[in-house]
Amino acid sequence: MTELWQGLVKAVELIVSRDPEVMEITVRSLAISATSCTITALVCLPLGSLIHFSRFAGKRALVNLIQTFYSVPTVAIGLFIFVLLSRAGPLGELGLLFTPIAMVLGQVLLVMPIMLGLTISALSSIDKAVFETAISLGASGTQASILTLREARFAVLTAVIMAFGRAISEVGLSLMVGGNIKGFTRTLTTAISLETSKGDIELSIALGIILISLALIINVVLSRLQQR
Amino acid sequence: MALLETRSLGHEYGGQTVLKNINLEISRGEVFALIGPTGAGKTTLLRLLDLLEMPSTGGIYFDGRDVTSSEQSRLEIRRRMSFVQQKPIVFSMSVYDNVACGLRWRQRKGSNTRKKVMAVLELVDLAEHGDRNAKTLSGGETQRVAIARALVTEPEVLFLDEPTANLDPASISKVEELLAQIIQEQRTAIVIATHDLSQGQRLAHRVGVLIGGEILQVGSPAEIFRSPRTKAVAEFVGVENILNGIIRSKENNLATIEVDGQFIEAVSHFAVAEKVSVLIRPEDITFTLAKETTSARNVFVAEITRVTPLGQLARIEADCGFILLGVVTRRSVDELQLSPGKKCYTSFKATAVHVIKRWS
Ligand SMILES: Nc1ncnc2c1ncn2[C@@H]1O[C@H](COP(=O)(O)OP(=O)(O)OP(=O)(O)O)[C@@H](O)[C@H]1O
Ligand SMILES: [Mg+2]
Repeated sequence: MTELWQGLVKAVELIVSRDPEVMEITVRSLAISATSCTITALVCLPLGSLIHFSRFAGKRALVNLIQTFYSVPTVAIGLFIFVLLSRAGPLGELGLLFTPIAMVLGQVLLVMPIMLGLTISALSSIDKAVFETAISLGASGTQASILTLREARFAVLTAVIMAFGRAISEVGLSLMVGGNIKGFTRTLTTAISLETSKGDIELSIALGIILISLALIINVVLSRLQQR
Repeated sequence: MALLETRSLGHEYGGQTVLKNINLEISRGEVFALIGPTGAGKTTLLRLLDLLEMPSTGGIYFDGRDVTSSEQSRLEIRRRMSFVQQKPIVFSMSVYDNVACGLRWRQRKGSNTRKKVMAVLELVDLAEHGDRNAKTLSGGETQRVAIARALVTEPEVLFLDEPTANLDPASISKVEELLAQIIQEQRTAIVIATHDLSQGQRLAHRVGVLIGGEILQVGSPAEIFRSPRTKAVAEFVGVENILNGIIRSKENNLATIEVDGQFIEAVSHFAVAEKVSVLIRPEDITFTLAKETTSARNVFVAEITRVTPLGQLARIEADCGFILLGVVTRRSVDELQLSPGKKCYTSFKATAVHVIKRWS
């Protein structure tokens, strides 16, 4: 019990003193997840609009399929990326395995269904008349789609933040394709899961506190958004 | 050449014909009112004209160009039009930005967006509300934003769909004043859909009556009101007495028409033995207790069958061999003591009777 208490006190000290390692890991985690979410958003917002605004056979089925992938296991994506990037794999020559790029790639795949699905439902919640009003005011199809996204901005932002929450808190994928390399691919979750077993309990608790705080912040922001 | 023209335009929704054989020509600067009862297809027609929907049949020509060609040319043409929809929707952004949208989408380089937006907000009396979120506006204010954003792009043709429906009388006259001002100052052609006949009369140069998906009559407001060409138009413009008769004799223009065994004199160009409908407006019918007090050509002994109060007025149903509906003031009801069973005389002038051909 005292050991745990001491760990907690030391962890708080690490955070308060801005311990370089703690800072570095936190910043890297944020950077990797922010990068993957930005890339995903750049793909999903136009793609989601395209799916929402175009009429084609099997649209309903496609949306259902996207929703099925909301809870795809992180290790499944990890395995896929690993096979893709490993020496013998199709993209093995790029030497990307165990780099932050591999992690970003994996996270993009992981959160794409959530962001895409939630973007589509955000757009569906906007009255069709909004799009049509824009068209009648002289907007092109693209301009009217952008306006509709803008009208759905709170719901779209919710989609992005949900995706960020999933990206920053997953561990299996980052471990498999990042490898928890100190000073290179070590993130909040991989450090916690591996350093704990090595006995660096203070570091793990400190990182855990940061991770939980991040989750808390995300939740507060989300519930604020949902009230809009 | 007409600015906007339709040729045998028709539209269906799921196999249901909503519009058929619409042939219209709108010239530059003209104000055309499209009047018709609810469900007649007014909104559908405006949506087709604004190129929001593709017609099922027929063509639309803008400035001589066939609008059904490419999507790109439809966009180009649409940018020369504006549409104030029946239930306008504003975007959740400031009033100013709502109005500026259309200009930004057109990306008119060198055009002074700010100046134009402020001028048009001034026109609709919303200049002080420029920074407000448009979603917080009242219904009448929203309507004015919709008009403002339609005007700011200086369209060549402006479509207005029931611009004053769902507004209180004060807002209605405010919007109508604004429209009258626009009609006077701008060279925009305007097509205004309304079920309010009098609004069409107040604002338009020409009126088209759309009933059941067909344009039944086009003419000046006075023409439509005075000389409806068909029974459906007559009913719509408020002629409540539509009696079936046959022309029995004729002297110059004065015809004697038999209606249910009674004879009505009217001005008509139809020949003897022609089957006709006789149209008389309720407000043209006079009720008296003595026969001598009237100089009208048509006088009938009548028995009141029903009296329905309508505010300051009352609707009187009288049986004079045929049923006549009249409207009189409440004061006359009291003075003449009109009530069911009361005997009196009904009279109307030969010129108050409008005669149209009967098809059935
Ligand atoms: N999208 C649609 N799908 C199916 N039917 C439609 C659609 N839009 C309109 N209709 C039908 O077409 C007919 C004409 O409708 P429209 O809205 O054009 O009438 P309107 O003259 O504008 O009536 P109102 O005065 O009530 O606005 C109606 O019977 C309506 O139910
Ligand atoms: Mg309508």
